[in-house]
Amino acid sequence: MEIKSGLNKISLYRRKITNVIMLSLSFLSALLALVPLIFVFYYTISKGIDHLNLNFFTKLPTPIGEPGGGMVNAIVGTLILVGIGGAIGIPVGIMSGTYLSEFGHNKFGSLVRFLTDVLSGVPSIVVGVVAYTLVVLPMKHFSAFAGGVALAILMIPTITRTTEEMIKLVPQSYREAGLALGIPKWKTTVLIILKTAWKGIATGILLGLSRAAGETAPLLFTALGNRFWSTNVFQPMASLTVYIYEYSTAPFKDWNDQAWTAALVLILLISVLSLIFRIITRSKYKV
Amino acid sequence: MTVEIDTQSMIETNVRHYAEEVNNIKISVKNLEAYFGKNKVLKNINLDIPEKKVIAIIGPSGCGKSTFLRCINRMHEVVGGKITGSITLDGENVMDTDPVLIRKKIGMVFQKPNPFPTMSIANNVVAGLKLNGFRNRKKLKEIVEKSLKQAALWDEVKDHLNDSGANISGGQQQRLCIARTIAVNPEVILMDEPASALDPISTTKIEELIFELKKDYTIVIVTHNMQQAARVSDYTAFFYMGELVEYSETKKMFVAPGKKQTEDYITGRFG
Amino acid sequence: MNENAELTKEYFEKRNKRTKTSAFIKKLLGNNNLGDFIFERLTLLFAMLVFLLVLFMAWEMYSHSILSIKKFGFHFLVTSVWDPFNEVFGALPIIYGTIVSSLLGLLIAVPLGIAVAVFLSEIAPGWLEKPLSFLTELLAGVPSVIYGLWGIFVLVPWLRDNVEPLLQNTFPNSPLFQGAPYGFGMLAAAVILSIMVLPIISSISRDILKSVPNTQREAAYALGATKWEVTKIVLGNAKSGLLGAIMLGLGRAIGETMAVTMVIGNRPQISASLLDPSYTMASVLANEFTEATSDLYLNALIELALVLFVITILINILARLLVWSTERKWKSNPA
Repeated sequence: MEIKSGLNKISLYRRKITNVIMLSLSFLSALLALVPLIFVFYYTISKGIDHLNLNFFTKLPTPIGEPGGGMVNAIVGTLILVGIGGAIGIPVGIMSGTYLSEFGHNKFGSLVRFLTDVLSGVPSIVVGVVAYTLVVLPMKHFSAFAGGVALAILMIPTITRTTEEMIKLVPQSYREAGLALGIPKWKTTVLIILKTAWKGIATGILLGLSRAAGETAPLLFTALGNRFWSTNVFQPMASLTVYIYEYSTAPFKDWNDQAWTAALVLILLISVLSLIFRIITRSKYKV
Repeated sequence: MTVEIDTQSMIETNVRHYAEEVNNIKISVKNLEAYFGKNKVLKNINLDIPEKKVIAIIGPSGCGKSTFLRCINRMHEVVGGKITGSITLDGENVMDTDPVLIRKKIGMVFQKPNPFPTMSIANNVVAGLKLNGFRNRKKLKEIVEKSLKQAALWDEVKDHLNDSGANISGGQQQRLCIARTIAVNPEVILMDEPASALDPISTTKIEELIFELKKDYTIVIVTHNMQQAARVSDYTAFFYMGELVEYSETKKMFVAPGKKQTEDYITGRFG
Repeated sequence: MNENAELTKEYFEKRNKRTKTSAFIKKLLGNNNLGDFIFERLTLLFAMLVFLLVLFMAWEMYSHSILSIKKFGFHFLVTSVWDPFNEVFGALPIIYGTIVSSLLGLLIAVPLGIAVAVFLSEIAPGWLEKPLSFLTELLAGVPSVIYGLWGIFVLVPWLRDNVEPLLQNTFPNSPLFQGAPYGFGMLAAAVILSIMVLPIISSISRDILKSVPNTQREAAYALGATKWEVTKIVLGNAKSGLLGAIMLGLGRAIGETMAVTMVIGNRPQISASLLDPSYTMASVLANEFTEATSDLYLNALIELALVLFVITILINILARLLVWSTERKWKSNPA
């Protein structure tokens, strides 16, 4: 009996020590996971801030070897590209999300739900290839529009699923209240349900837009890039991300430095975008 | 316990009874059966509802009284239910008409107050009109005031009509929902246990309101509270296990129920 | 009868007259509302659009890679010469580079990611969990090209000057660490991929661990288990879901383009050494797509995209099924 309890004691110690070790490891992992985040932000800010001046927001890029210049065309280009993507992706996402939540309680609905999830896993560069064959080949030249199409396809899954999830959170009683007042179902859905769920849906849209703003791969052979000022959506267009790629892989110190600044501006742009969006979508009443 | 009821003959006598006394039948229900999937939740319901009276529907939970109410304005199908038989409103078959038109004529107040949280009190009242395209501001303002007065809420909210409809008390919310219903000017108002989520004082207010409203509207109210049924209604229907057991004048039903089951339920022996 | 009625009567009468539907439409609608009828079909149309998009993407790539598919057939996948100049395209080294870099990335990210998930769902107190979850999600939100930028100027020099010489000195005979330490190569790609897929694995795993009902934990505690032992039971219960989370991470790693392209060295070769440059399908597309001058070259590149598409779709289908089945298991049977 005594021997047995002694053994138990040893194994209890061992169990307790294992417990402490494993839990500490898990905690350390959580810390370690944050290290790259700190590094990336630290370098982006410290290296990017050097060239961050008014010129960067107002001037065009200079030719190789000539210092100075800015990326105003790329900043505007990114906004235009994301705008085109949103103009196509947001309505499609909201409509299909509405279908899934309001009418999609059938086999077809499950299939669409599943394919939307699968679509969100398709690499962005593949989407770029499709946008190339779909838009660039028939039009015979690269264009901002083709880039926008690619970004739209990338946004659709996020917006569709958020819309569905957010509509699901609206209590059935509001839907019934609208219908019982003799308001048609479509008006009830659009003017009452979507309006109630709007804040959550807007968050999904924001997520889609900010991801799109950070995409590079699908723009490489759709919007291509442009060293000049252009707002024509049927012509090649510059974007911050493509500039970061080109400038960081080029063998010029000056360009490398500007790549960091472009990265900083991109992060700032995404933050400002979300801030503006939050303010716009702030509802009058707390839901 | 097995129950043998001669529903058909009983209902025929009831129908005849009203045909003599009441000239104007607002809603007529014939051979109504309602399903949830394969579950039959209402069995062969026949019943006439006279105009500008209050009809109470009572019965133990799960007896189909709420489903019956939701069949009348076709809300049953919103949750995926199926219906056979006929319901007519002033002779027009509810089942063959655009549900939107039917629901304009037959309003509904729910168990839990459900004002729209994204709208102000005033906008809640006229939601049914505004969302259907009625935009005359002056008239809308008038309707807000009149509806709220009719719902006995005007004095309490007139100074903050632009506040959110979700920020007032539960009893006020329920009266707001009643105001919202009468703003679209229905002919019939269905109430699904409208006071069950409210405190006694609010309940009294709602009951007084029902009494006022029956001057203008036909009211069908589902309640699990028999005292309430006795207080507010002119006629009472007792449902049990998806069947209509008894339907008669409230006075008569509570003093001398025609069926053993009704008596058992009213006296609290089951339910 | 009612004063409200008089106020709105005129408007609705006028409107009813205006919107008098024809007998034919009425018959078509039966007892439906016209607006609702249109609305349902309109949203259905958009849902079909999403559905068709996936099929359309496959078709579009297939039809634009037909030259290459016809010319090389199955050899495209199993031969090793990628020579645009002579128009010979064998994608084996590229597929190899894609899979190996992704698996190496997962090798680092999986244990870390699941440990983070365990910390977030089982250990961290509420006040710590929310900000930490937010930070890991922020990690997922950093654009790929910024990771690449950081990779080129921070990670690669560090690997070249410190890590790779150290590895070579420690394991002088290992085939894994042969060749000159450039920095750019398989190792850099694996590290950067692990950073990028870690937030995906950890956030999905966290959701899955959270979906395991508390009764499971309480039962184990009641038997005198330590926290770690309870966690082991929870992990065991969530096994297939965690596998799904890992697969989603794999799908993301395989398709990751910019960061990998910027650090992997971009040379189509099969080499055992982690220090050697390699190439991935996504990188080939990023580098060569705009340079494709001949039709066959372009077709070969699009075929590569198709292969990438099919691989990621298959991985995602499997992963989603795993994740769904686990989350559903607890939802329908919360024992």
